[in-house]
Amino acid sequence: MSVINNTTLVFDEDQAMILDVARDFCRQRSPISAVRAQLDTPLGYDEALWQELVGLGWPGLALPASVGGSGLGIRHAVGIAEAMGRAMLGTPLISTTLAAQLVARATAEARVDEFLADVAAGVPATVALLEGPDWGADTCQCLFDEGGVLQGAKQYVPDAQAAGWFVVVTRHHNLPALALVRASQLRDGAISPHTLIDETKRAATVDFTGVQLTPDAIIAGEQVTVALCDFYLLGALLTAAEAAGSAGACLDTTVDYLKTRKQFGKLIGSYQALKHPCVDILMGVDAARSFVYHAASLLDDGAFDRDAEIACRMAKAQSSEVLLQAGDRAVQFHGGMGFTYECDAQLYIRRAQWSSQQFGDALHHRKRLAALLLDAAA
Amino acid sequence: MSASEQELTEFRQQVSAWLADNKPADPGFLLPQSFMEVGTEQQLDFLREWQHKVWRAGYLGMAWPKAYGGGGVAPVFQSIVDAEMRRHAVPICFNVIGLGWAGPLINHIGSEEEKARYLKGILTGEDIWCQGFSEPDHGSDLGNAQTRAVRDGDEYVINGTKIWTTMGNFAKYMILLARTNPNTERKYDGLSFFLSPMQVPGIEARPIRKLTGEYGFTETFFTDARIPASCLMGEEGQGWKIAMQTLQYERGAEAGAAGGLAFERVVIDDMIDDVRDLTRDGEPLLSDPVVRDELVQLIMAEKAGALNSKRAAIQALNTDYPFSLPLSHKLAFSEHGRLMRRFAIGLQGAAGGLYVGDGQARQGGFWQRAYFNNFSTTIGGGTSQVQANIIAEHVLGLPK
Ligand SMILES: Cc1cc2nc3c(=O)[nH]c(=O)nc-3n(C[C@H](O)[C@H](O)[C@H](O)COP(=O)(O)OP(=O)(O)OC[C@H]3O[C@@H](n4cnc5c(N)ncnc54)[C@H](O)[C@@H]3O)c2cc1C
Repeated sequence: MSVINNTTLVFDEDQAMILDVARDFCRQRSPISAVRAQLDTPLGYDEALWQELVGLGWPGLALPASVGGSGLGIRHAVGIAEAMGRAMLGTPLISTTLAAQLVARATAEARVDEFLADVAAGVPATVALLEGPDWGADTCQCLFDEGGVLQGAKQYVPDAQAAGWFVVVTRHHNLPALALVRASQLRDGAISPHTLIDETKRAATVDFTGVQLTPDAIIAGEQVTVALCDFYLLGALLTAAEAAGSAGACLDTTVDYLKTRKQFGKLIGSYQALKHPCVDILMGVDAARSFVYHAASLLDDGAFDRDAEIACRMAKAQSSEVLLQAGDRAVQFHGGMGFTYECDAQLYIRRAQWSSQQFGDALHHRKRLAALLLDAAA
Repeated sequence: MSASEQELTEFRQQVSAWLADNKPADPGFLLPQSFMEVGTEQQLDFLREWQHKVWRAGYLGMAWPKAYGGGGVAPVFQSIVDAEMRRHAVPICFNVIGLGWAGPLINHIGSEEEKARYLKGILTGEDIWCQGFSEPDHGSDLGNAQTRAVRDGDEYVINGTKIWTTMGNFAKYMILLARTNPNTERKYDGLSFFLSPMQVPGIEARPIRKLTGEYGFTETFFTDARIPASCLMGEEGQGWKIAMQTLQYERGAEAGAAGGLAFERVVIDDMIDDVRDLTRDGEPLLSDPVVRDELVQLIMAEKAGALNSKRAAIQALNTDYPFSLPLSHKLAFSEHGRLMRRFAIGLQGAAGGLYVGDGQARQGGFWQRAYFNNFSTTIGGGTSQVQANIIAEHVLGLPK
């Protein structure tokens, strides 16, 4: 079997329409001035804008109609993530989408319907997963006792400050399990916000110690393990889509400057030392988008297969790398202006570092790709 | 009229079976890795026979009009044939300047007479075509070409020198860019385009030895060479426009090619298979973490190329820079080829220092030769640096 193998890339009319709507919405509602206005707010987004986005049906896009969702596949969320990345629009949409996917994939039982219905109605949710900085670690100290009382904290919980629901990754009978926790169950001071490199994003350490779980709130069983694997991949893919969008916007920002700034009597964009790296970035963004939409083409509601895993990992590896390069060159190519807080290059270089570290960086994914691509056929 | 899935599947099977039955045996001499490396009569005869056989079977020029030797069917059939040819790793269809550039050009803008005269011979392989664009002093700066064409009655008299003329010594026809007016304000406006015969007095094509030690292109001298005035394509002064259209075909940004492989198959799968038995530090090479990471990056680059081609056809995913994928294809493909082949040699340890002809060279020195030959794609048809300029200016809108 070829290492290239599956090159499926389909994009249906629904996806095209959603992408179009999402791009228009983000362009109009999230100009850079609006992004900047949220940099130092506690939640990092405008509640009115979130409600509009809920009105468009985005949080429930991939949830079944029975809980108030639109019943579309998760692939439809990919274009939205890209459009939001392009506009540098934060909001808890990605966290919420991922939390809902994790739960919906972990169990089909009706007892999670209330959670899913809340998500579809626009209550932000997030997954509390990491206990340290290592995306490849699977240690889990956040456990519950026989009485259902949780003990332990989670770090890097995205959008914890906004979340109405937490999906806590824990263990039960030595297997991965999930616990559904409402924000109202947390004690005062349980959420300690991180200071993030990307000021458009929010995350916090959340201490779940003392939270009393009802039996209904615990999701256990083999299906959770499968759902978690898919969650990691889906997280990588949505982050990749967002990063591809940000990289495209970052390139545009740089190119605009190169078309207006003059030195030595010439527009600096005429210098090949600036031109050619821009072309490299353009081609990198092109590759990232192709991987992202290829991966989207392979996703459905079932467990992800090997091809889908390869696709998600390639999407993340490529998008992370190109956004890092785009942000880095954006600063450099703006000269002294690039070193200022006022210059938008700072938004992108910060996003690049943050985004690279979500769901594993390029090296993390390439290491796993090596095993998938080079060992299987050996 | 679109073909059904089933029809296409059956067609694919039929092609595959034909290729399995008809793939020529190894001739026992080195075959060119691309159309730019046909250096000997022996190679030429072999490739000509193969191309003729493919055409006779109906698998070449399938989308060209029936009246001119084509198949008159939808392009999808030729795409299937080309993909199967790659999969079966059959020899190239060597007459690429005709099949891929001059042919589509004549098909799209040629007169009835030109179509009737030239197209069939391109497909059968009988009429070999070459391209006379580059000159010793004007390569990247093609618009400055100085070879002169002076009208004299019902002839043009050509003087000047072309260079790097692929198959110049075998060709019957040349697409020729020459200056009919040296006094125009813009250098481009004085150029004209000719479908010129090669076998006339005053044209001499001298083979040039290449980096690989083999042959494939010539320096082509025009000394008072007289060609019929009817060889002018379009009108005087339209040469640049027509040459640019030709380059669009050459760079793969525009469809219309007759099909067939222009390059021997060189894919990352073959490269990985070729190094499986090697070791590094006494361990299997493919267990080395640094090597693995490099390989994954090369695999990703190759896969991105395949996915880009798919995405290029989806309008909704090309709204930001509609010409980005078509214009960057050549640059991406040729540069990836270079890096992959160079890396392949590096994996061979001390054997990487051997070359074609050494009994111990791995795969007969295939990767060494392939690496060198890959420069034909990063230099020919517009260098990578010039491609990057074009993308920067025409896609990103950066100033000249
Ligand atoms: C194998 C092979 C086959 C070929 N076949 C044909 C053929 O059949 N017919 C034909 O007409 N030609 C053919 N060519 C010629 C080819 O098109 C030219 O070699 C090419 O356009 C470059 O021109 P040059 O060789 O004069 O290099 P130059 O233009 O002198 O370039 C030298 C270096 O300068 C760089 N450079 C030049 N201008 C710029 C710029 N503006 N910005 C940045 N860098 C620049 C180039 O990238 C290159 O690295 C062939 C070439 C090869 C290698």
